[in-house]
Amino acid sequence: MIKESLKEGNVRIPSGCAICGIIDRTGRRFNGNDIIESIAVMHDRSNGLGGGFAAYGIYPEYKDFYALHVFYDSNESKKTAESFLNDHFYIETSGRIPTEKTPTIRQQPKIWRYFVKPNRYKLQESELTGEEYVAQCVLKVNSKFDGAYVFSCGKNMGVFKGVGYPEDIGRFYRLEEYKAYLWTAHGRFPTNTPGWWGGAHPFALLDRTIVHNGEISSYDANRRYVEMYGYACKLQTDTEVITYLFDLLNRRHGLDLETAAQILTAPHWEDVDRMPAQQAERIRTLRQIYSGALITGPFSIILGFNGGMVALNDRLKLRALIAAEAGDRVYVASEECAIRKLCPQPDKVWACEGGQPVIVYADYEKAHHEE
Amino acid sequence: MQYTELNRIIRQKPGEYTLSAVNGQRYIGCGLGSEYKINIHGTPGNDLGAFMDGASVNVFGNCQDATGNTMNQGRIIVHGSASDTAGYAMRNGEIFIQGNAGYRVAIHLKQYGADVPKVVVGGKTGSFLGEYMAGGIVLILGLGLAPDEDITGAHCATGMHGGVIYLARDIPDYKVAFAMNKTPIEPEDEPVIRSLIEQYCQHFGEIPHSLPLDKFVKIRPQTSRPYGKMYVGN
Repeated sequence: MIKESLKEGNVRIPSGCAICGIIDRTGRRFNGNDIIESIAVMHDRSNGLGGGFAAYGIYPEYKDFYALHVFYDSNESKKTAESFLNDHFYIETSGRIPTEKTPTIRQQPKIWRYFVKPNRYKLQESELTGEEYVAQCVLKVNSKFDGAYVFSCGKNMGVFKGVGYPEDIGRFYRLEEYKAYLWTAHGRFPTNTPGWWGGAHPFALLDRTIVHNGEISSYDANRRYVEMYGYACKLQTDTEVITYLFDLLNRRHGLDLETAAQILTAPHWEDVDRMPAQQAERIRTLRQIYSGALITGPFSIILGFNGGMVALNDRLKLRALIAAEAGDRVYVASEECAIRKLCPQPDKVWACEGGQPVIVYADYEKAHHEE
Repeated sequence: MQYTELNRIIRQKPGEYTLSAVNGQRYIGCGLGSEYKINIHGTPGNDLGAFMDGASVNVFGNCQDATGNTMNQGRIIVHGSASDTAGYAMRNGEIFIQGNAGYRVAIHLKQYGADVPKVVVGGKTGSFLGEYMAGGIVLILGLGLAPDEDITGAHCATGMHGGVIYLARDIPDYKVAFAMNKTPIEPEDEPVIRSLIEQYCQHFGEIPHSLPLDKFVKIRPQTSRPYGKMYVGN
């Protein structure tokens, strides 16, 4: 048990956090070494209390199955949660996620992976889409089953995270053995909340993942808003709510990514007043319908999803975010050095602007076909 | 090389240093006096030249955040662009940036007696230029911009109460904060601007076309106590 006075939240630690992402627009896959090298350059932005990665295109042989990555605190919690998984899913295969003994990574939970499809009868009975069924089951495990936490549940993608520096977490999960067309990474410096395995970034629901630097001033407003739609914020950190907001807006409400970004970082009213009438009307409508989804406070985030990524800053740009292009690849990172480490002379380097999303798509299907 | 090791080596002995393959090392030149000259090739990390006290730093590459943070004296010349908060809370000294600079450039700039910090940016800057500026001189040249491109973002000079911002082209009124005057420059401004442009050219070479001074505007607080009546009428 940690002494109460030593828990984060009771001590003030100046904020840091590092994020970065690399995508190959042609969908060609590359192993995890690059992203580890990139995030490692920003080592000093984290404090060893969390690191993680999201990788897209890593399970082509199981691409029709949802890949559940699960932390268990004990055999007991595994047993209980597995009986739920067995009831609700057809499990094609399961096993421990391979890890490497790493001296700096300690006290890891049991880390398991399942390739699953919804149980056909239960799915039919529920009258839900496959995705919604999976999302509801995952949210249920995470909120109702003590000691079990599904931290990744998308198709042909996966999250790998834990407590430690990100470069150590990357080696721990042997990311050099995975190939993805999109990688995102996070180095954590928790400021207001505890550093624990489940609290590391990325936060994922289905194939949407979020890495985040900053803090959400509007957290409680956003949390209450997503709770109305059945999302339970149980992970003791603000970032998970951004994942749910994207899931709600993008998947459930079917809004495109530009619109979702416009809702999360809605233009200020004074800017709306200067817009052409039609555009102003549209923004006013979105702000009225989705007022609870506006995120305020300093942040830079990278959303990963099957087929692309979005990099986004808060409206006032209170966190750094640099982007670069080199050939087929696009990079984003908290610091330019993380990009230059991999790519000393990009074709183009630019600073992301507040509230202006950088959206990049990858043609994975085509590349996969050619592979 | 880790930044603590790099900075330890530099601090051992004054002189001129040329650093190559710099990538993300923080605090280079931090607190150093005029007995130092540092040439940096690559991408220095955050807080380059923080609290610097007279050293001169040349960067051949882009800078990250908080270049010249609370610098006391000295000069930083960036042959590239700089990210957010360049010149944060400078007390004196000069920063010349060849290209663009990010958000919150020259915020909290100070001035006391003969100590007048100067920040010159060749391209454009993001929002909040000169926020809470208390003194000093900021000059933005707008080189290489498209005809319709703004030279700075919104909320320019928010909370400013001293010093002056010169812009090589006018910006829409809404971008300038409350209690500020945005006016054409006056005759006494011309030598100041000319001298800074001359220095810019010495550092980075001739600029491709002449900058007509009659297009320049300056932003200053309306009074010496611009916010005295912000919340109360008397």
